[in-house]
Amino acid sequence: MSDEKRQVSRRQFLNYTLTGVGGFMAAGLLISPVRMAIDPVLKHDEGGDFANVGLEVSEITSDPQRVDWSVDQVDGWYESEVSRSAWVYRNDNDEIVAFSPVCKHLGCVVSWEGSDDYPDQYYCPCHDGRYYKDGVNVPGTPPLQPLDVYEQEERDGMLFLGNIRPHEEA
Amino acid sequence: MLQKIYDWIDDRIDITPIWRDIADHEVPEHVNPAHHFSAFVYCFGGLTFFVVVIQILSGMFLTMYYVPDIENAWQSVYYLQTEVAHAQIVRGMHHWGASVVIVMLLLHTLRVFFQGAYKKPRELNWMVGVLIFFVMLGLGFTGYLLPWDNKAYFATQVGLEIAEQVPFIGEALKTLLAGDATIVGAQTLTRFFAIHVFFLPGALFALLAIHFILIRRQGISGPL
Repeated sequence: MSDEKRQVSRRQFLNYTLTGVGGFMAAGLLISPVRMAIDPVLKHDEGGDFANVGLEVSEITSDPQRVDWSVDQVDGWYESEVSRSAWVYRNDNDEIVAFSPVCKHLGCVVSWEGSDDYPDQYYCPCHDGRYYKDGVNVPGTPPLQPLDVYEQEERDGMLFLGNIRPHEEA
Repeated sequence: MLQKIYDWIDDRIDITPIWRDIADHEVPEHVNPAHHFSAFVYCFGGLTFFVVVIQILSGMFLTMYYVPDIENAWQSVYYLQTEVAHAQIVRGMHHWGASVVIVMLLLHTLRVFFQGAYKKPRELNWMVGVLIFFVMLGLGFTGYLLPWDNKAYFATQVGLEIAEQVPFIGEALKTLLAGDATIVGAQTLTRFFAIHVFFLPGALFALLAIHFILIRRQGISGPL
């Protein structure tokens, strides 16, 4: 019994105690600042509302057309109107598809038939990235994924677009 | 594990003597509250430093959200107070710590004064301490403006008018602080922010270093 007692020296005991108390104080001090710093990571997105893009569903044809609209964006303490755009068309199954114009290579903006050399394709001027009409990237061009699509809804004959989500592989 | 890492480093760059210099020193009996309870008065200097550390940490984290601009300053403070988890606590730490640091500093000064610890050979350290006191007041004054609410604005207005009372250079001093001869506004806020987070803390670190090196060199003053 008394042998075991001597295994912790006075110096060791003080070291452990001081480290423990010091660690406790440091943790108590840092917990709030750290929680505050990581808050953006833990905040979950409430999911954007659908916005009226000002296009009647009946006007959507099999030819992709560009629509521009703006949404209210709340960025911390700063609220602003930001512009959005999409390429909308009706596909072979008579479904409405709205593509995000952001190139999946490095984020430039693509346009339908943006180059005279490639009719019937989306074209990105930055690095000659191309996509077919169904949004799938042309093999051998820089982009490695198809164009993202907007969630969409029809209300009173008007097209409403929501969040952007990855293209379900064609 | 920790011991192994320590040994690995120590083996290469021999840090033990440095560590010894910093941490290993005798605490005389007359400053040890375990021997004489009244020795707790010796804690105030260390407590001041401890609160300063809290101020530095909480301040660093607050600048993640704060914007020193008249359009956004109040909005950003309101946002962190209401929308960011634990930010209210962090700003609370900074807000109350600012007062506590002055209280601790005064108690420390009173102890040194009434024990006569400032006498030869420690006059220089007293002077450095007085400079630290002024830097702290400066930090309090400049920090008060940053939330950019009514209280902050008018307190600064008054503070600047006090600065203007200085003979001969008063007006120039006010303009230098406010960034404009008449307006307390956009330029004042950025100036105060720069002074609060860069210039004064820089001065504070230098002065604290001198303060601590002098204590270590001269040792703590003897018993009464």
